[in-house]
Amino acid sequence: MAQTGVIQNKAAAAASERDRSILRIRLVTLIGLIAAWEAFATLGRLEILYGDVIPSSWMIALAVFNELTSAEFYHHLGITFAEHIVGFVTGSLIAIALGISMGVNPLLRKAIEPYINAIGSTPKIIFLPILFLMFGTGIESKMAKGALSAFFPVVFTTVLGMALINPVLIKVGKSFNLSKWNMISKVYMPAMVNPVITGLRLGMAITVIGVLVAELKFSDGGLGYQLGIYYEQFRIAPMYAIIVIIFALAASANVGMTMLQDRVNRHMAPAATKGKGRRPAASGNLGVVATN
Amino acid sequence: MKSPAIVGLFGLLALAGVLELAVFVEFFPSFVVPRPSDTLMAFQPVQDDMDLIGNFFVTLGMTAAATGLALAIGIPFGYFLYRNPTYGIAYEGWLAAAFAAPTVLLYPLFLVVFGRSHTTLIAMGFIPGSIPIIIQTRQGLLGVSRTLVNVGRSFNLSEQEMFWKIQLPAAVPTIFTGIRIGVMYTLVNIVAIEYLIDFGGLGRIVSEMYFRFDTAGTYASIITVVLVSVLFYWGFGRIEKWLRPV
Repeated sequence: MAQTGVIQNKAAAAASERDRSILRIRLVTLIGLIAAWEAFATLGRLEILYGDVIPSSWMIALAVFNELTSAEFYHHLGITFAEHIVGFVTGSLIAIALGISMGVNPLLRKAIEPYINAIGSTPKIIFLPILFLMFGTGIESKMAKGALSAFFPVVFTTVLGMALINPVLIKVGKSFNLSKWNMISKVYMPAMVNPVITGLRLGMAITVIGVLVAELKFSDGGLGYQLGIYYEQFRIAPMYAIIVIIFALAASANVGMTMLQDRVNRHMAPAATKGKGRRPAASGNLGVVATN
Repeated sequence: MKSPAIVGLFGLLALAGVLELAVFVEFFPSFVVPRPSDTLMAFQPVQDDMDLIGNFFVTLGMTAAATGLALAIGIPFGYFLYRNPTYGIAYEGWLAAAFAAPTVLLYPLFLVVFGRSHTTLIAMGFIPGSIPIIIQTRQGLLGVSRTLVNVGRSFNLSEQEMFWKIQLPAAVPTIFTGIRIGVMYTLVNIVAIEYLIDFGGLGRIVSEMYFRFDTAGTYASIITVVLVSVLFYWGFGRIEKWLRPV
């Protein structure tokens, strides 16, 4: 018993030392990156290298503050948010409906899956001209682009989720003579919540990119539009500020969806495994290849 | 008749037929959706006018250069993270976050630094391409069976021999998954940036055709990009399948 205690203490000390080393590495890397950035900024100020294109980090911080305290920023954020939400919800609903249909009907799945895979691997931005022709260059085409971006990761994971459903559950549903709608709402949907949420998480991240890229090409509002305007006016610090804010918002959305997925995982885990050890987090894996 | 491929193909042809009819009876305006037959006929003029095939090779060249750079940096860095597990754990989360980040939005920064040039395209292709290669190289080496390593040790292999003869061959299938994902992301980003900045290969042609209000030409160039992506996706998928042990 005493020996076990000594081994556990040594293991805990080693783990704590490793955590300290990881923290040290991260801090040193961060400081090194900031120092390198500042060195480039100084070289730029001295007109030696990349004059005026790399502002110092405090200028970027100031620009972030200015953006966050201006009313115009929130106007553009509102436009991007509206485009994102409408696009994401529309694309996801269509994808879930089609994914379930493909899961229920193997012939349909085999017939259209190659086409979905083919278009899923292409850069969706290339379809922007078609969306501009159909919906104009206003907010509607950005919503459509958002829907197109969200559609593919969600449909891929819904089809996968349908394929992974325990056949016993389907047989039980059929033995109770459940209607189609009851099969979907009481058997399929609860059994594939986790893969669908994975798809929604990926879809949300890709929709953000899809909408912003569409705004950058043609728009009269939104954060992507604002980024393009700052670039055209060569206002470099505000341009970096918008990029920093976009990255922070995208990361927050991703973290939010990951937490939701982890919560669902905990809720849906078998009772026998509940509370025993740490389950793998939903983040950090390279699963579906979803392109913007 | 119930073969899925035939049903799929039949469905596609039926859709094209319905579209042809719908545009013919002006249910859809032809300046929004051209007749499929017009789109097919537009390939030759687009080739004559914009050199579709030549620009395919421009995009291919950019993708190859960016992928080469991603391999040259990604594989050694992934190996470094494998050899130094503390660094591996420290950077693991950052790499996953960078992979999910909207890196395509960084292109104005590269435009400011490098201008509208091939360097910008290669840099923008390199960033998303290198991250999966780094992650999968580390994962692949971490996943090498202990038995294989022990066999190498029993033969008294040096560190270098162990890497080249045991670890690398065993990790190749996983590393190749990273390369496949990396190449797809590189291609997608390069075409996207070409389209956004009207410079380079296939992406520029799509933008150019749209600006000319050549709807059939726009659709023809979009279909070309889709076909190129499918070719990459299919080709790399086949190689990956071939590399994976049964």
